[in-house]
Amino acid sequence: MLKTDVLVIGAGPAGLKAALSAAGQGAEVILVERDPFLGGQLVKQTHMFFGSKEQYASERGINIGKILARDVDENEKIRILKDTTALGYYEDKRVAIESQGKFETVDNKALIVTTGAQENTLVFPNCDLPGIYGAGAVQTLMNVHGVVPGNKVAMVGAGNIGVIVSYQLLQAGIDVVAIIEALPKIGAYLVHASKVRRMGVPILTSHTVIEAQGTERLERVVIAKIDDKWQPVPGTEQTLEVDVLCVSVGLTPLTELLFMAGCRMAHIGELGGHVALRDKNMETSVSNIFVAGDVSGIEEASAAMVEGQVAGLTAARNLGYGLEDYEEKVTAAQRELDNLRRGPVGGKIRAGLEKLYKEGEVAV
Amino acid sequence: MRIENHPILTFEKGPKVKFIFDGKEMEGFEGEPVAAALHAAGVRVLSHSQIHNRPRGFWCAIGNCSSCNMRIDGVPNVRSCVEPLKEGMTVETQKGKGDLNA
Ligand SMILES: Cc1cc2nc3c(=O)[nH]c(=O)nc-3n(C[C@H](O)[C@H](O)[C@H](O)COP(=O)(O)OP(=O)(O)OC[C@H]3O[C@@H](n4cnc5c(N)ncnc54)[C@H](O)[C@@H]3O)c2cc1C
Ligand code: FES
Repeated sequence: MLKTDVLVIGAGPAGLKAALSAAGQGAEVILVERDPFLGGQLVKQTHMFFGSKEQYASERGINIGKILARDVDENEKIRILKDTTALGYYEDKRVAIESQGKFETVDNKALIVTTGAQENTLVFPNCDLPGIYGAGAVQTLMNVHGVVPGNKVAMVGAGNIGVIVSYQLLQAGIDVVAIIEALPKIGAYLVHASKVRRMGVPILTSHTVIEAQGTERLERVVIAKIDDKWQPVPGTEQTLEVDVLCVSVGLTPLTELLFMAGCRMAHIGELGGHVALRDKNMETSVSNIFVAGDVSGIEEASAAMVEGQVAGLTAARNLGYGLEDYEEKVTAAQRELDNLRRGPVGGKIRAGLEKLYKEGEVAV
Repeated sequence: MRIENHPILTFEKGPKVKFIFDGKEMEGFEGEPVAAALHAAGVRVLSHSQIHNRPRGFWCAIGNCSSCNMRIDGVPNVRSCVEPLKEGMTVETQKGKGDLNA
């Protein structure tokens, strides 16, 4: 059995920052990551980040991942367990982990769950044909493994990931024939959307996939315009000859461990599905279990980092570490989060959080 | 196919290794996911669905969904999208649920 003050599960931007923040206050940390590398989804994000200087604005995601991974590597208070999957949570608060077929448990005083999210699927005839992939999957294949996903690609979803991955496909020299979006407007940051449009990719709003065609693999996709009741408009069908269809229709938090730990959960559409009820300091209804990043509500990497900071600082504080400067640090981080969520782009997350805090009041 | 020139990224690869896919010898780079090596070699079908036997490729490529389950070195239900490739590996398209005794 391993023992630690703070156990962090998942080494994406949220988990890396959580580990650094808790260790920075003096706590001993174990950081568990199922991948053989640190960084979570940052390892594939070649685009530059917005946000503030503290959140590495104008730096590419991949580089932010490298900086955080180096800081964690160099921190003597953090023990890193890569290639290690957290399997379950026991009543005595221990967490079961597995690495290379070896089973072990970790005793911890505080737990920070930063497991991220999984990509949503979209249902239409033949949606299971090989060649139809999550947009994040194509991003992984192309940006992490250097493999060409296909010759001609269509993208479903004009949110941030859909548009960013379309741009990255073009960067890798791959033809993107269209971005199809069911909503009447583009969800992504306009800077990114305009760039893709300038490069000649049409963004077809109020359009959907009618069906995919092909025998052993995707050969064609039929799309059509939809009306304001989401019904296909007859006569507007178009056939796209593509061998890859990327689906980017949102993410769902990976909350299994939180359900297992008995955290109170609520389904909040704006946050991506089931999430743990939590306070402003990221502590769930089970004392000393924290969440941060996508698992606490789908947002983006900058917010994930700051949430990780808040969770790490508070977990350490609960165990008696860093009491002197806790208030000052956590207030600064909260302010940072408010800034990131300001304006129209933050509307959805603000609405989601409002519901979450309301649910919390009802539940207590 | 591999990405040869990228404006931002350079890809660090392990040494070239040989492996067997459904009886055929193939090449890939050590340490990359089995599914990535297969995709680069043009293979799209990794498994078949349990009831209707429909072809399946990968979906998430990060180990979340099990759409890429294959039989690797005799072990069924290995997520090929996160399983590192090794010299001499035997990789098979999985049919149905996979049988530990087969
Ligand atoms: C495939 C994909 C691509 C994305 N691309 C973009 C993009 O280009 N631009 C953008 O703005 N946003 C993108 N996102 C959104 C992205 O989720 C956020 O930007 C950010 O990475 C969220 O950080 P996180 O730390 O919460 O989660 P993640 O970065 O997903 O990190 C979670 C980590 O937890 C690990 N983990 C999960 N379960 C376990 C377990 N049981 N045991 C051990 N380890 C575990 C995972 O391996 C992972 O490393 C993408 C999301 C996905 C899923
Ligand atoms: S494709 Fe999802 S687990 Fe491999």
